[in-house]
Amino acid sequence: MTYILKPRFRHPKLPTNALGYTHRDYDGAVSTLCAGCGHDSISAAIIQACFELALPPHRIAKLSGIGCSSKTPTYFLGRSHGFNSVHSRMPSVLTGANLANRDLVYLGVSGDGDSASIGLGQFAHCIRRGVDMVYIVENNGVYGLTKGQFSATADKGSKARRGSVNTDSPIDLVALALQLGASYVARSFSGDKHQLVPLIKGAIQHKGAAFLDVISPCVAFNNNPESTKSFDYVRAHNEAVNQLDFMVEREAITADYAPGTVETVVQHDGSAIRLRKLAPEYDPTDRVSALTYLHQRHAAGEVVTGLLFVESDHGDLHHFLETVEAPLNGLGETELCPGPDILARYNAAHR
Amino acid sequence: MQPTDIRNPDYFHKVVDCQWACPAHTPVPEYIRLIAERRYTEAWAINWHSNVFPGILGRTCDRPCEPACRRGRVEKEPVAICRLKRVAADNKGDISGYIPPAPKQKNGKRVALVGAGPASLTVARDLLPLGYECVIFDGDAKGGGMMRTQIPRFRLPESVTDEEVDLILGMGAATRFGHFVHSLKELLAQGWDAVFVGSGAPRGRELDIPGRKEAADNIHIGIDWLSSVSFGHINKIGERVVVLGGGNTAMDCCRSSRRLGGKEVTVVVRSGFEEMKASPWEKEDAMHEGIPILNFMVPVEFTHNDGVLTGVVFEKVKAEYDARGRRSLVPTGEPPTHIPCDDVLVAIGQENAFPWIERDIGIEFDRWNMPKVDPRTMQSTLPNVFFGGDAAFGPKNIIWAVAHGHDAAVSIDKFCHGEDVNDRPPPGTSLTSQKMGIHEWSYDNDISTDVRYRVPLRETAVALADIRTEVELGFDEKLGYLEAERCLNCDIETVFTGPLCIECDACVDICPVDCITFTDDDSEAELRRRLNAPALNLTQDLYIGGSLKTGRIMVKDEDVCLHCGLCAERCPTGAWDMRKYLIDITQAGPACRSR
Repeated sequence: MTYILKPRFRHPKLPTNALGYTHRDYDGAVSTLCAGCGHDSISAAIIQACFELALPPHRIAKLSGIGCSSKTPTYFLGRSHGFNSVHSRMPSVLTGANLANRDLVYLGVSGDGDSASIGLGQFAHCIRRGVDMVYIVENNGVYGLTKGQFSATADKGSKARRGSVNTDSPIDLVALALQLGASYVARSFSGDKHQLVPLIKGAIQHKGAAFLDVISPCVAFNNNPESTKSFDYVRAHNEAVNQLDFMVEREAITADYAPGTVETVVQHDGSAIRLRKLAPEYDPTDRVSALTYLHQRHAAGEVVTGLLFVESDHGDLHHFLETVEAPLNGLGETELCPGPDILARYNAAHR
Repeated sequence: MQPTDIRNPDYFHKVVDCQWACPAHTPVPEYIRLIAERRYTEAWAINWHSNVFPGILGRTCDRPCEPACRRGRVEKEPVAICRLKRVAADNKGDISGYIPPAPKQKNGKRVALVGAGPASLTVARDLLPLGYECVIFDGDAKGGGMMRTQIPRFRLPESVTDEEVDLILGMGAATRFGHFVHSLKELLAQGWDAVFVGSGAPRGRELDIPGRKEAADNIHIGIDWLSSVSFGHINKIGERVVVLGGGNTAMDCCRSSRRLGGKEVTVVVRSGFEEMKASPWEKEDAMHEGIPILNFMVPVEFTHNDGVLTGVVFEKVKAEYDARGRRSLVPTGEPPTHIPCDDVLVAIGQENAFPWIERDIGIEFDRWNMPKVDPRTMQSTLPNVFFGGDAAFGPKNIIWAVAHGHDAAVSIDKFCHGEDVNDRPPPGTSLTSQKMGIHEWSYDNDISTDVRYRVPLRETAVALADIRTEVELGFDEKLGYLEAERCLNCDIETVFTGPLCIECDACVDICPVDCITFTDDDSEAELRRRLNAPALNLTQDLYIGGSLKTGRIMVKDEDVCLHCGLCAERCPTGAWDMRKYLIDITQAGPACRSR
């Protein structure tokens, strides 16, 4: 915890984006999390992604529940909309907000407790419905705010700092998300922004439910070498299937890639994401084989990271429900009260 | 790249830009913190130890520290270091405990000091406590040299000069004031163990153009005129005055003229306004007193009426640059301008003059007629004769004279003990953690965003009425505190211990100025280009930390680091620590000797 405000001064040569902002313009308040918390790195990655995409801060809504992770929206995007909901209810609140105003970028920030324990049902249904959002779980495997009990995502056999061993089977949120129909699924690591930032950018550009499981070591309670969520363990067992080189527009491939090592996925809006394959046999567009691969590698003790699955024309909740294009706050009286004739016709259709 | 060796005393010294830039290497942030704590006496003592004249320099220093100040790279203006020094001097209490006493038992060595200016006084200050017998010779009746004779009283009250000069004389220096040394040969014949020449650059440059001789009564050489004003020999000047020259002496001349009856005082310079040698603040002060500065005008003739000066004719010029970027001033072809005036002050430069040094006594001179002096040891080609101040390398300023004095004192001490003067002592350094608690530091790491405070001035009408009225009122305690808080504490260093680092990125994320990057090793040029924020200031080092588990390196660009300590606050393992780096340049005494 830091008591002073982050000094206003910035590097004079800081790059600016298309809006003329530096990444400092996407800052929030100084974090009150423990020094070295992985969550702070994820906050920095979100800041960097929004900066690089040149998103207008006032067009972003960040929502969260309860927990260390759910505190973090205070620490990034200080000029965006924010909603700190009841424990685990971020998905519901976000779904409502998204239905009311589909024009904002929705960023749901949650943790392994908030999403895999109390909020498992919320998580499942929000993903099922294909709400157009970025759902980030900052996954450290412990309940940090209550002093480090194992959470539902802790691996069986993982050891806590004080020596206790987790005996419960873990919930793999990535596998769940795949099963539940998420159309963009990725896993990354707070200690690897090189991988994480492009994945967040891809998720923001993706139309539909984009799920990111980010392993984020808890330096206070779960960063001992015997923990499978520690810096050392994740670095030693990280198996990235690909590296996402995010491109906003379709451009010629300038870098020299060996044939068959690059996959280009065109998104719904015409933008393209470019994946450099690191595991040649891995196909990120095949939901079933992705699940199988995940299970196999997990059994081998490895942590699979990268863009694990993407389906660019899946659609989202608005598409499925055929809702009106304009945000509700943009509708006038004539659209909202179309008159007795329309009402009569509507009622007649139900007779 | 190789990990940075922070044991090299220069590495962190360079990070303390102000101290590195100060010729006397005054530990600036250390005394600024003391001012903020209202510990003025201790702040004064730190200054006195390093630069010998805190009260004088706090009003008149050329402040090489300020252009170097890191604050000037993160916002518009540097910390007002110079005027903070004055705050320490103005508010100090009893300083007697800080003055080293001269021992009753002398060491038997006798040193003659020629000139009683800042260089000689510094040598005396350093040598007297060691038991040397120091005898200072000066043609003037009082000590202080150019500090007393050339700096006008409205910038430097005589009481301040008296106090700081007398402090040193009171340590036991013998004086031969009013005694001009006419022959170094004769002086050497008196059998001194060492002679120090700190006689300054006492000759003002002449302007030999038509009318100079005829109108001589109203054409004065700037530094001689200032000196006469200082001693009260001159107390008035004509209503219309033209000052020729663009240096600080010219600024002192024009401002003095305004106080001695000059109503229309004009400064005219050959070069452009921007290229003038005067410090920007001195130009500002002159213009504030209603003195216009005209540029690109070359004086070609003094006009006179039967020997009574009537004005100066100027040719208008413009600057042209050749392919190699060298400037030449070429006439614009416009008709010459005549500026009518009653008096002219010529302040176009100073020269050294050594008619009193015989050329056959073993002191070699170069082709510019300057003595050959070793810039490190200040020793001349005659081993027992040392030079310093303006006498050594031509006109500089007080703080350089002080630095020369310290260096010469070390050399004299070593020389008198039969040691090699080229074997220079290393500085004393210390690097101490400032951690007081989990997120508590012994210094105020909350960065003030205040902009530079202006020193309050006396009302112009009052200031112009009397040449002895000091214009600047100085910072009061409150302004002094607020200005002191602007200091970024660049001597509190970010020290990185690679083996402790878990590469969590916490420091990278929190750094407000993006100066930390963890990356793969590369050449320095390549690294500078691809850090989180480009490191384009090549005068500032990259701090490289190794021993990381992933095999990457930590690169910190020192350039705009705020020393806020947030990296260390956010570090979970203590791989970053904030440590105070103090560097004390070894002065004459047992510590500078090898046995």
